[in-house]
Amino acid sequence: MKPFTYERAASPAEAATAAARQPGARFIAGGTNLLDLMKLQIETPDHLIDVNGLGLDRIEETQDGGLRIGALVRNTDLAADARVRRDHAVLSRALLAGASGQLRNRATTAGNLLQRTRCPYFYDTNMACNKRRPGSGCSALGGYSRQLAVVGGSEACIATHPSDMAVAMRVLDATVETVKPTVKPEGATRKIPIADFHRLPGDTPEIETVLEPGELITAVTLPKPAGGTHHYRKVRDRASYAFALVSVAAIVQPDGSGRVALGGVAPKPWRREDAEAEMSRGAKPVMAKLLAGARPTEENKFKLPLAERALAAVLAEAKG
Amino acid sequence: MKFDTPATTNPIDRLKIVGLPTDRIDGPLKTTGTAPYAYERHDVAPDAAYGHVLGAAIAKGRIASMDLTAAWAAPGVLAVVTAENAGKLGKGEYNTAKLLGGPEIEHYHQAVALVVAETFEQARHAAELIKVDYAPARGAYDLAASRDSAKPAGKDEEPADSRVGDFDAAFAAAPVQLDATYTTPDQSHAMMEPHASIAAWNGDRLSLWTSNQMIAWSVGDVAKTLGIAKEKVHLMSPYIGGGFGGKLWVRADALLAALGARAAKRPVKVALQRPLMINNTTHRPATIQRIRLGADKDGRLTAIGHDSWSGDLPGGKPETAIMQTRLLYAGANRLTRQRLAELDLPEGNSMRAPGEAAGMMALEIAMDEMAEKLGLDPVEFRIRNDTQVDPEQPERKFSQRQLTECLRTGAERFGWARRKAEPRQVRDGRWLVGLGMAAAYRGSPVIKSGARVRLDGKGTVTVETDMTDIGTGSYTIIAQTAAEMMGVPLDKVVVRLGDSAFPVSSGSGGQFGGNSSTAGVYAACVKLREAVTAKLGLNAADAQFADGQVRSGDRSIALAEAARSGELAAEDAIEFGGLDKKHQLSTFGGHFVEVAVDAATAEVRIRRMLAVCASGRILNPKSARSQVIGAMTMGAGAALMEDLVVDKRHGFFVNHDLASYEVPVHADIPHQEVIFLDETDPMSSPMKAKGVGELGICGVAAAVANAIYNATGVRVRDYPITLDKLLEKMPDVG
Amino acid sequence: MASPREIEVKRRALMAATVATAAVGAVAQRAGAQTTPARAAPPAMKVSFTVNGKPRDLDLDPRTTLLDALREGLHLGGTKKGCDHGQCGACTVILDGRRINSCLTLAVMHPGSEITTIEGLGTPDKLHPMQAAFVKHDGYQCGYCTPGQICSAVAVLAEIEAGIPSHVTADLNAKPALDDAELRERMSGNICRCGAYSNIVEAIGEVAGRKA
Repeated sequence: MKPFTYERAASPAEAATAAARQPGARFIAGGTNLLDLMKLQIETPDHLIDVNGLGLDRIEETQDGGLRIGALVRNTDLAADARVRRDHAVLSRALLAGASGQLRNRATTAGNLLQRTRCPYFYDTNMACNKRRPGSGCSALGGYSRQLAVVGGSEACIATHPSDMAVAMRVLDATVETVKPTVKPEGATRKIPIADFHRLPGDTPEIETVLEPGELITAVTLPKPAGGTHHYRKVRDRASYAFALVSVAAIVQPDGSGRVALGGVAPKPWRREDAEAEMSRGAKPVMAKLLAGARPTEENKFKLPLAERALAAVLAEAKG
Repeated sequence: MKFDTPATTNPIDRLKIVGLPTDRIDGPLKTTGTAPYAYERHDVAPDAAYGHVLGAAIAKGRIASMDLTAAWAAPGVLAVVTAENAGKLGKGEYNTAKLLGGPEIEHYHQAVALVVAETFEQARHAAELIKVDYAPARGAYDLAASRDSAKPAGKDEEPADSRVGDFDAAFAAAPVQLDATYTTPDQSHAMMEPHASIAAWNGDRLSLWTSNQMIAWSVGDVAKTLGIAKEKVHLMSPYIGGGFGGKLWVRADALLAALGARAAKRPVKVALQRPLMINNTTHRPATIQRIRLGADKDGRLTAIGHDSWSGDLPGGKPETAIMQTRLLYAGANRLTRQRLAELDLPEGNSMRAPGEAAGMMALEIAMDEMAEKLGLDPVEFRIRNDTQVDPEQPERKFSQRQLTECLRTGAERFGWARRKAEPRQVRDGRWLVGLGMAAAYRGSPVIKSGARVRLDGKGTVTVETDMTDIGTGSYTIIAQTAAEMMGVPLDKVVVRLGDSAFPVSSGSGGQFGGNSSTAGVYAACVKLREAVTAKLGLNAADAQFADGQVRSGDRSIALAEAARSGELAAEDAIEFGGLDKKHQLSTFGGHFVEVAVDAATAEVRIRRMLAVCASGRILNPKSARSQVIGAMTMGAGAALMEDLVVDKRHGFFVNHDLASYEVPVHADIPHQEVIFLDETDPMSSPMKAKGVGELGICGVAAAVANAIYNATGVRVRDYPITLDKLLEKMPDVG
Repeated sequence: MASPREIEVKRRALMAATVATAAVGAVAQRAGAQTTPARAAPPAMKVSFTVNGKPRDLDLDPRTTLLDALREGLHLGGTKKGCDHGQCGACTVILDGRRINSCLTLAVMHPGSEITTIEGLGTPDKLHPMQAAFVKHDGYQCGYCTPGQICSAVAVLAEIEAGIPSHVTADLNAKPALDDAELRERMSGNICRCGAYSNIVEAIGEVAGRKA
């Protein structure tokens, strides 16, 4: 791990400004992903800006009946919040399906959105990886790809986004609120729909989100409750403490309509609103659209029927 | 003490302390975090500097050049050790690949440098600054592709091939036949404590605090590698955070700590970083196994054939997956063949029950398949082919063999009668439910083992032996043995282990440690008893040691009296004189498993597990049970998830950390039951005990596989049985 | 659900915090390093927190994890380094009332925090009830994951008591049950390669029953 300097930020705007001022600076919150990667020389910041003290750790109700979740709300606290459990259960379920109790106690809402892939070639600095070292190539293509993306990938990268929480956020139509570096003391804020937050790899898999240098997530907001029954089905080999092979986040309304997003299959939480028009007709037509254009490898093609079967199970459960 | 006639009645048979489910005597230390493991010995090396290992970035080839300039210039750096500057190094007897590579690279993540610095953070950073240019060479990384080039290979005294009768003719003539091929993947020990060592030089003498199962072997290999006399090496390993065979040998942490300490002129501590461990150290090699069984219509095996292929580095050894097939079932015509291919993957070597663990994964699926072909219950099929003699050498009997009793007891306790013979018949909500079973078999070797026992004036008995406790309970069963022999309560016994200054023991491995090492303590205690009676002027022939007293005739004297004028000490070793050759010493069991398979996603979850074991006298049912449930857990991992994935282009195990090499977690493991059959084996040792820690893993994975078949009707012959291998044949959802 | 106390601790930590430039020191050069050329040592930082009830002041390389600060700085070796990457749970400690992986947080991030390690729960002569239950049920073998298991187990019972749900909680809006399935799921971040799981769950269950 490279030496770095460390500071505690005093306000979100100052944090953003400090980050923009220093190339190679990174924010640190829970640290559960960043420190892991720093120990492996995958992340090599020169400067860490600790944002834990910024007071962004509250969940508040919004005027339109939704929730505004501070960027630093820990995964445990978000999953356990009574309003989330009652009105946005898919989010609680997704959070609780992820990581371990210890990690959820540290990991934050914003950090979870920014989690980096678990592709084993990304994790091994001896291997070529366009995400880690742009232009070096992709070892995963033609390599061990069982965990990797079946849809949304590119010739440059087939990594998946590992988050469970982000999949639920996607199905809940969350919005990411940020503050951008600026000369003004209060900073410039912007709101990014979760659908637009993560980028597909294309030729630049190292750029994973639309965040600009120094831009700091301050909150994630949820619109008013979506109603219906909430489901998060995570499929994995190990019964717990494992990343998803496939996960299905779904909200099903009494009339059979609903929303669905997938985890474990793509470089970002995978949702297509046009596929949801098929919800009442069953899993097969939904998946035909949702996974249209899928380009699986021999090792991960099982994810296509698996996703369909997992959604079918969810729809059956929703029917009761 | 020579053990060459069957054991008769001896003080252990009183079973006042031996045989009781005593809490471990090291429990209070381990549960309070005060048992010091190798890396934590601030007491012995308060000024230790930190070493960090750099692993090779290629699997095979040469280091063209190394630039250490930046590493040397980094803050806090005290030394940088490479093969180029380390001086002449040998290679350990028990190592296949060199522990410090360069210029030749033999496998991925082979250590190529150690950086020593004032702090851990500095050492880690400086290691990252080393620049290495490699000249990679082509290697062989694919066992299946190398199968045809594989050569016959035996191991130890066991030949590569064995033939009895005429297998080919008998198999061809058999009315019921099975010919199936199974694969088992490379697996990692993944013990929780990484390989770790502190080294300190005092002149030409090396002290090494390390984490190692076999002290005497490792003293020898440290000496041989460094080119110094064995007497100059003092190795200490009192607490070991798991080994499972991965710490039978000296590994890079120990060698590099020693080299680093020499270079830095300071004690140096080194722990292998977890992401390096899997490719840097050893693993259980993958196998391809072809099994052919022929039986008559009554279900009696007439032909048993087992071929196994595995790979290892040049000079390495085979995974002896055919061993149990030579001994487990009767059958007049037999053929076993073991082949070894040269691969340039990391070093394959022993992991918990080497040979049988992988062999039983295949054989016991084959037996399940054959039972189905015969229309026989799998329990009954195995019982029908039980034998009391070595099937290859019928004049050689098993010393004890209660396989049938294990299977019958297990079937009854597990509710086996409720199993539906036809698969895919039981549904519980979203789950398909199935039952499976397998026999368990593992040899029970014995190895010479020594101990020293001392008695002081307070009546405290201190046992010293280089035996190790890798979680097996050695501390406790050795204390129980000494307490029983000397007639003192457990709290009057002090046990000191894992120090090369102590008499050489069997060490821990091959499930020989428990029986052998306690027998060594027994031998030393017999000598101490003689010294005590001589000192007290008592008749040794009728002396009774009990309740802290020594009684003979009408006299009773406190044991402590014997040491009032000075400590009494005795040292001896148990030496096994051939009973284990004349008889076959083995342990037997039955595994029973209930699984539930999600009908939609084919996720497999284990609901119940039972093991019934016949393995001689159980010295401590509590710690023995733990050995078995632990082995069952590892077997569950082997069945369902453990798989070191080979990147056949680059020649390494891709999933080289604990997030990507999945081992079972709490949520994977249900309540586990273990039953020990009442058994003593007078051929095994004066303790009449045998091994149990490896028996527990043999057959588990097959029992899980057979249960999955029973639940789903899908027969998977390639481990691990992950959902992708079941999915296609699962029922429609909804 | 952060407890109000915990949030308060964080606030105080924030107020007490100063920017990095104020916390400069030097890692002491040790005598043994004299043979090597002198170089600039990385700037050290001061941090103060409480470990097992004792205030501790440390001068640390900012890269030092809480785990290494405990093990190497304070010689509290009970907290184990199994993987150093948050993949095993051996390093579990209780930080401000919550269990965490001490390998994935920097020591300098925790001024003012209260940390409980295995050494703070009990001693060989005076075992914590969870430690005693682990001994009784043989909930360990090699002992290396054990301190993490025990710290985790103590925290798990508190989490259930506090009503924090888990992946296996059937009704998110009801108080979670204290059954084996809940314990197994919640303990799944603590790997025991020796495979003592079945016994560990029995040990925790016994302590939970005693409390109830």
